Amino acid sequence: MSRRVPKPRIAVVTFPGSNDDKDAALALAQLGAEVVPVWHADEALPDVGAVVLPGGFSYGDYLRAGALARFAPVMNSVRAFAAEGGLVLGICNGFQILCEAGLLPGVLRPNRSLTFVCRDTRLTVERTDTPFTSRCRPAQPLTIPVKHGEGCYFADAELLAELEASDQVVLRYEGESPNGSVARIAGVVNGDGNVLGLMPHPEHAVDPLTGSTDGALVLGSLVDAALRAATEPASV
Amino acid sequence: MKATVLVRPKPGILDPQGQAVQGSLQQLGFAVDAARVGRVIDLELDDDNRGEAHAKVERMCEQLLANPLIESYEIQLVEDG
Repeated sequence: MSRRVPKPRIAVVTFPGSNDDKDAALALAQLGAEVVPVWHADEALPDVGAVVLPGGFSYGDYLRAGALARFAPVMNSVRAFAAEGGLVLGICNGFQILCEAGLLPGVLRPNRSLTFVCRDTRLTVERTDTPFTSRCRPAQPLTIPVKHGEGCYFADAELLAELEASDQVVLRYEGESPNGSVARIAGVVNGDGNVLGLMPHPEHAVDPLTGSTDGALVLGSLVDAALRAATEPASV
Repeated sequence: MKATVLVRPKPGILDPQGQAVQGSLQQLGFAVDAARVGRVIDLELDDDNRGEAHAKVERMCEQLLANPLIESYEIQLVEDG
């Protein structure tokens, strides 16, 4: 006897220069999502429970990383989706795009070391009450790789104090930050808690073949939340 | 009308690129106390009115050319002659 479990639909947006869209889609599908590919030039988003902006170098990282992608036609729909409480996850370049688009506070700058960093990092989960970390234990250490040249999260003293006071730092690097980001910030959530950006790549840490599977905790949390969003009527 | 926009990292903002340039200049034997690296954007506009052109380029800076969190900008206008 088989029970039909509904699959949450999650959009993965591809910009020109995205290169982790396929990995994100593969990881989400392995975790039980029905992935809907979306092209940057699409005006509308399909009916989905969550949107993922993947890693890469959208528009060649010209001007500033993420600065041009935020003007992609699909971003108007992503902005509207987020404004209605829709779940949006930005990974690496996706995080940079969300910051440039004003959907997340702060900005990502070239790494302090001026080198591209590509290695596993240890992260601490600061909050487990978000749709992106619900499968994690409080203060759980995660091993998830980073690979970026511009991952140095910056917020001025005032904004940083605001972020800390409102618990918007969801993930922090353990030990020294790989990129020089303020307060060792690896991932931040918006004030409403439905938009998360992070520099580490959870989609590269879902299979024991490549080491850690801790990324599945983050993406799995999103799959759970997208399923809830699809089955529960929005409480407005 | 031509416009040149100078975008600079704001004072106090870490500029690793500038630090690397400073280090290289020192290696070449130039005594340099600090170097900051910004960006130059040259624009050709079809405006004739300086005030309107300036206001337009200012909007471009705010919306795209500079990120106000970390960068300052300076606009220079040159009339076609």
